[in-house]
Amino acid sequence: MLEVSALNSFYGKAHILNDLSFKVERGEVVALLGRNGAGKTTTMKSLMQLVRPRSGQVIFDGTRITGLPAHKAARLGLGYVPEERRIFSDLTILENLEVGRQRPREGAPAWTLEALFELFPNLWERRNNRGKAMSGGEQQMLTIARTLMGNPKLLLLDEPSEGIAPVIVEQMARTIVRLKNEGLTVIISEQNLHFARMVADRAVIIEGGEKKFDGSFSELEKHPEIRDAYLSV
Amino acid sequence: MTAVLKVTDLVRHFGGIKAVNNVSFEVAPGELRALIGPNGAGKSTCFNMLMGQLKPTAGKVFLNGEDITGRPPREIWRLGVGRTFQITGTYQSMTVAENVQMALISHNRKLFSVLPRAHRLYREEALDLLETVGMVDQADRACAILAYGDLKRLELAIALANSPRLLLMDEPTAGMAPRERINLMQLTSDIVRDRGVSVLFTEHDMDVVFAHSHHIMVLNRGELIAEGSAAEVRADARVQEVYLGGGTLFAAEDAHA
Amino acid sequence: MAMGLFVAQLLTGLANAAALFLVASGLSLIFGVTRIVNFAHGSLYMIGAYVGVTLMNVLPGHFGFWGSIVLAGLITGLIGVVIEMCVLRPVYKAPELFQLVATFGVILVIQDLALMIWGAEDKLGPRAPGLKSVVRILGEPVPQYDLALIAITPFILFALWWLITKTRVGILVRAATQDREMVGALGVNQAWLFTGVFFLGSALAGLGGAIQLPKGGADLLMDLNIISAVFVVVVIGGMGSITGAFLASVLISVLNVFGVTYLPQSTLVLMYVVMAVVLLVRPYGLFGREEKAGEHGQVGEPDRPIRPFGKMGMALTSLLLLGLALVPFLGSSFAQVLIVDILIFCLFAASLQFILSTGGLVSFGHALFYGGGAYAAALLMSYADTPMEVAFILAPISAGLLALVVGWFCIRLSGVYFAMLTLAFSQLGWSLVFQWNEVTGGDDGLVNIWPSAWLSDTTTYYYFALVFVTAGILFLRHVIHAPFGYALRAARDSARQAEATGIDVRKVQWMSFALAGAIAGLAGALFVFSKGSIFPNELQISKSFDALIVVFLGGVKTLSGGIVGATFLEGAKDWLIRLEYWRLVLGLVIIFVVIIAPDGIVGTLRRLGERLGLRRQEEFMR
Repeated sequence: MLEVSALNSFYGKAHILNDLSFKVERGEVVALLGRNGAGKTTTMKSLMQLVRPRSGQVIFDGTRITGLPAHKAARLGLGYVPEERRIFSDLTILENLEVGRQRPREGAPAWTLEALFELFPNLWERRNNRGKAMSGGEQQMLTIARTLMGNPKLLLLDEPSEGIAPVIVEQMARTIVRLKNEGLTVIISEQNLHFARMVADRAVIIEGGEKKFDGSFSELEKHPEIRDAYLSV
Repeated sequence: MTAVLKVTDLVRHFGGIKAVNNVSFEVAPGELRALIGPNGAGKSTCFNMLMGQLKPTAGKVFLNGEDITGRPPREIWRLGVGRTFQITGTYQSMTVAENVQMALISHNRKLFSVLPRAHRLYREEALDLLETVGMVDQADRACAILAYGDLKRLELAIALANSPRLLLMDEPTAGMAPRERINLMQLTSDIVRDRGVSVLFTEHDMDVVFAHSHHIMVLNRGELIAEGSAAEVRADARVQEVYLGGGTLFAAEDAHA
Repeated sequence: MAMGLFVAQLLTGLANAAALFLVASGLSLIFGVTRIVNFAHGSLYMIGAYVGVTLMNVLPGHFGFWGSIVLAGLITGLIGVVIEMCVLRPVYKAPELFQLVATFGVILVIQDLALMIWGAEDKLGPRAPGLKSVVRILGEPVPQYDLALIAITPFILFALWWLITKTRVGILVRAATQDREMVGALGVNQAWLFTGVFFLGSALAGLGGAIQLPKGGADLLMDLNIISAVFVVVVIGGMGSITGAFLASVLISVLNVFGVTYLPQSTLVLMYVVMAVVLLVRPYGLFGREEKAGEHGQVGEPDRPIRPFGKMGMALTSLLLLGLALVPFLGSSFAQVLIVDILIFCLFAASLQFILSTGGLVSFGHALFYGGGAYAAALLMSYADTPMEVAFILAPISAGLLALVVGWFCIRLSGVYFAMLTLAFSQLGWSLVFQWNEVTGGDDGLVNIWPSAWLSDTTTYYYFALVFVTAGILFLRHVIHAPFGYALRAARDSARQAEATGIDVRKVQWMSFALAGAIAGLAGALFVFSKGSIFPNELQISKSFDALIVVFLGGVKTLSGGIVGATFLEGAKDWLIRLEYWRLVLGLVIIFVVIIAPDGIVGTLRRLGERLGLRRQEEFMR
């Protein structure tokens, strides 16, 4: 579904991604793990073509997307949920969803408003409220729903559990599992290993923009030194 | 000894959200103190209130016993607070030395002078400061072409220009390679020791925090939930839950297995 | 009876608001999404009027009249699309100043194209069929067409409101106003969206031009005539707000009509006074929001560190000055007069360059201080019997004080708002001079402002001007290298860092604005005594634009850019204005420079010199 090879990205002068390569299979949920500043968000933005990688390539579902404008990547079925949520705060929830709407596409679950409101019941109650009147958790739900309106094949979730209440985090985990069951391929970036393990099939750990580990969670458990070096204290 | 910085019941609301809620602490002379916490915990808001970029909703900030709450950044700087930013804000159109000279010109209140040539003013002092941060060999390079780690060191030299009593450093090592991080924090520790400056910094890299700070405070959802030495903070159950997380949960489950 | 007159005037004002609202809402819409202030918007309004009048003469009857208006709108919209695709697309990522200059280029091109197609003669607009007579309201005659306009405007407002709030396109437009990149990441083609918005905005301007035909007709000055009113409306209403544009259009139009009756001498002034008052209370207009500085900066990538002149630079400058000093021995008095004109323009351009480049403040009203200085000298001579020498010294001081007052208002804003406000203030100054006949002589200007006897000889005045221009430019150069200049650059490079190291950014910028104003005033004083007279056009928009264009052509980055550009343009002007369509040529050159060589003459030469190894290649070049 996605093949990333030797990606190098810069942010001004800072070299953020360093020859990053990994693969994601169809229907898989992969967690991109690493500490703050490890390069997770830049990876997500580079996949979405919001940051232009200086070298390397990204092949999505057989198409080389490196160098395409972001909207073309989105039209090919790449869905992006940013870390800062970036909902349109002056627009109502329904209008936010409308911005994300795209035609259904082959090989991806097709979403309707009804299906999304069933998935995120809170949003239905507040459908005519403006984005700025929502809590952090609701905003997070809305960004995911907005991206799902584009009927993506692959969903990029940047730090979905960040800054939201534990209860919502659980709800978020259930949602991601449900999306996987619908047949969606998902990449989530996370700092919270516990959360990642609940939802993902595989972990890719990065540090300083380089890949340090790529494998299943059970494999990771066998290497506590990796976990200690790159994930926590 | 009185505290260099004293913060009492600091509160800041954004709309209905309490970004910072009743935060109180003190920074002692010569202390290197870290403020950590998850993203969105209120660290930057806190910093911006200390430095005058934001006005607190309630609470007071004292510098050497003087109330500085709500004063603009430039006045707080004149009272002896240097600052470095998460994203560096050096003057791109000047050389490295001129960047430091600019701060010295400001410190000596020569900003509105139109007679002397600025690049000759306080050059020796500027070179001394650059020496301190190990940048003197790059003094005449254009700032715009510096490597990232060098920009950070330059920023530190600028912050030292008015011999501050207190340095506020917002994520000093963000975006740096591990080797550079260690160097920069070593440099900061040296400065604290040699000049008797106090430092308050935020940081995400726990290696940096645990290795270099005398005292650590943990902020979560705008409130201080723990503070103490590295060992104390590491052992704190709430801190593990909200911030350090992951590893400990993991370890706990390992134990069960 | 007074009541009848009052109502009639109110109705006239409301009718006049129609066209203004159409143009202003289009400008606002385009700004909201693309963040470009389209100075050529008045030109689109003019095109709408010309196209409309042409169609009306061909198409008969009711259908012909109203159909022509709609068609004029659509055609103008398509022309807007061409402009967007050819001129603006390449500069969306460029700094704000470059975008604005590109739209100046478009103004010039359209002016000459209109002259080519429709000729210099004013076109009278046909009256609307079936609405040719007047209705008596409370005894006062009110044209039927006015009533029709009053009836139509709310529908247009409603249609726009519906489009923006209820349709998918409107939702996308509002989303893009807030976060363009995110809209793109959700699969919306922004290029298409931008073009669409530009079409709509241009079509609205075209409609505005066509709909006012029965009241005004079409002429070649209507582009610049409406643009300042439109800016006032948009600034009062708040950039990007359609409702704001509507309310402000009504306010300004009604005010104008009443002004004509009760304060006939101050109609123009009134508009700007209202604007100043609104901005004093709400700096971003009635419905506007705080604007962050442009995302690509105002004048482009960082400067290189400045260095004092090397030996080569010193030698070249001395040689140039020596050459200029020898001119009276070699050249005719005509050459001396021409060179004085060039010198004065150089000083004026250098003063603009100073705040623009070193200060990062893009002022659109710099002619106010140039003309202000000139008028100060002229007024002192005419009314206070001031000796010429004293008047000459007081002129830059007055201009500096004027800049101090204007700067107090403007410095509080940044980016586009700063530019618009400086423009509006300069228009305020112009209208004051233009309408205050008793004092300023209005359009007839002030004449017989000659220098003292010892300076009256052409050659003596030539040296006088040479000394003051050289001194002024060297002084500015010195200031740039002095602590004050450094502080100004610091404020521009990183306001946050500057504030965090004790620099009062606003105060530094304010003082630099005043200094630039004083130097412009000095240029103005040199001008008035060289010509012996002064007219309001010396502080009109076009004078400010000239200076901006000159600085831009010369190169934004260095002080020499303004000087080289001024010399080039003022020198070329003599040759250029012999061409019938010189505006077209100049406009195309400007657009070409913006897109192909944004470094201007000096920057391009410098780069070329480095490539050829004539100049030390700085490590700055990556």
